[in-house]
Amino acid sequence: MKKHTSSTTLNGKDFINKTTFRERSKAYTRRPASFVILLLVSLSTLLTVVVLGFILFHILSNGLPYLKSSLFALNYNSENVSLFPSIITTLYMTALALLVSTPLGIFCSIYLVEYAKRGNKVVELIRLATETLAGIPSIVYGLFGLLFFVTALHWGYSLMAGTFTLAIMILPLIIRSTEEALKSVPETYREASFGLGTGKLRTVFKIALPAAAPGILAGVILAIGRIVGETAALIYTSGTVAQIPGSLLDSGRTMAIHMYALSSEGLHTGQAYATGVVLLIVVLILNTVSSIIAKKIAKV
Amino acid sequence: MKNSLQEKGMEIVFLVAAVASILAVLLICFFLFVNGIPAIGKIGFLNFLAGIKWAPSDIPPSYGILPMILGSIYITAGAIAFGVPVGLFTAIFMARFCPKGLYKLLKPVIELLAGIPSIVYGFFGLMLMVPLTRQIFGGNGNSILTASILLGIMILPTVIGLSEAALRAVPQSYYEGALALGATHERAVMKVLAPAAKSGILAAIVLGIGRAIGETMAVIMVAGNQARIPDSIINGARTMTANIIIEMGYAADLHREALIATGVVLFIFILLINLIFSVLKRRMA
Repeated sequence: MKKHTSSTTLNGKDFINKTTFRERSKAYTRRPASFVILLLVSLSTLLTVVVLGFILFHILSNGLPYLKSSLFALNYNSENVSLFPSIITTLYMTALALLVSTPLGIFCSIYLVEYAKRGNKVVELIRLATETLAGIPSIVYGLFGLLFFVTALHWGYSLMAGTFTLAIMILPLIIRSTEEALKSVPETYREASFGLGTGKLRTVFKIALPAAAPGILAGVILAIGRIVGETAALIYTSGTVAQIPGSLLDSGRTMAIHMYALSSEGLHTGQAYATGVVLLIVVLILNTVSSIIAKKIAKV
Repeated sequence: MKNSLQEKGMEIVFLVAAVASILAVLLICFFLFVNGIPAIGKIGFLNFLAGIKWAPSDIPPSYGILPMILGSIYITAGAIAFGVPVGLFTAIFMARFCPKGLYKLLKPVIELLAGIPSIVYGFFGLMLMVPLTRQIFGGNGNSILTASILLGIMILPTVIGLSEAALRAVPQSYYEGALALGATHERAVMKVLAPAAKSGILAAIVLGIGRAIGETMAVIMVAGNQARIPDSIINGARTMTANIIIEMGYAADLHREALIATGVVLFIFILLINLIFSVLKRRMA
């Protein structure tokens, strides 16, 4: 919609719907209730921002001095409480969980968007299931992982048990973002592809999926954030061993669990802060990347 | 011929992947219920849910989880009391008061708040908020109050995000109509837009409740975790989530089953909250 500015500008400035500060303060003295509301909403927002700033400042100022090379020593011992093995474990865990969950989630969304017919009962069930999964707290996932992967399947506290628990946990995230991304691919793309005699499968993989890639990526990044920050679902599935796991059936702790272990031991508070700093930096990077992608999507 | 076979084959693969999420929900329900329900039977339904004493190492042991249910409810209520007003007002600011330039700064701030891991929140609460509460309100600082404030902060992004979306979904003509009748900007927003976005805002609050009741790591670090009926907000309490994570490491036999049963109760709470949430969301759409 284009604004009609020609009739409402004076000396090149918009004057309709603009009030001077004096007019506004006069209106507020006449209606004090409105002023109170203005104050409330502004102060609440300020409070939100200040709280975040305060948390960041507190963690960074206490943690940065402890980001020393000894914290990144190759081997963990109770002396250096090295973060390095848990960084590697976090990378393993993230890669493996995505490896399991991303294809599953993308295929599920392909079915929902490209194949299922409107009003299909299966679709409604799947939607209900993903909504339920999205609402389940991580501790329940952890409990399930303990009962199913660790105990029933006899995997023990292991990288693999943690991986699969997390894979289920991030599934709804990936399904939802892929679904949205596929839906926003214009129908004309598909029609053009069909018009050229391309089959359905080829259209999905060569036309719809590439066009939806940025949206899918944004979902994956969100999922990485969940994995990196997860603690409650992992304590009783992947366990808390502080060494780099040698195989899929070895236990290992991610950075978040490392931070929890340090803080509950209470002996290495500074190192726990430093781990917090690393976690925050990871989250900051992920958020920045996802907002760059979001901007790209908005431009297209 | 080969092509159509491939097409059909892949469609089945997609369908199987799609059914995986249903399978996951069923598996979770099955394993929780099968492992948890028998314990409730052995302990006795009322002894378990309404029992006021949790003492698994006593002889004979008692497994009453009423203190934990109350702990969860009190702390969640506190989180709502702190988080919802601030979150709602912030959402209103972002949807209707915020200049565009400022919005570009605020949005990432809220997203960052959502992205911070709960363990970092918990550690912040443990190191800073617990001593602060101890100084201001007395007690030992590990309290319902501390946990409520911390959880209130943690649910902010949930409440803000959904309420803002709900407020933005109200047709602009409502706002213009209110202005045309002589309402101030603030009056139009509070009396016309906010009521019109009611279901969405309620959905945001319900989702916030779900987040708060399911939160584990941040809560165990600041709530004190005493398994008794909480009597004051400056005393500690233990939530259902905390009960599971604290004792699961060494529990065996009936004790372990009772912890899983605690998970079942938590799960049922969450399912109810999810149900209310999806009803509200449907009404919004």
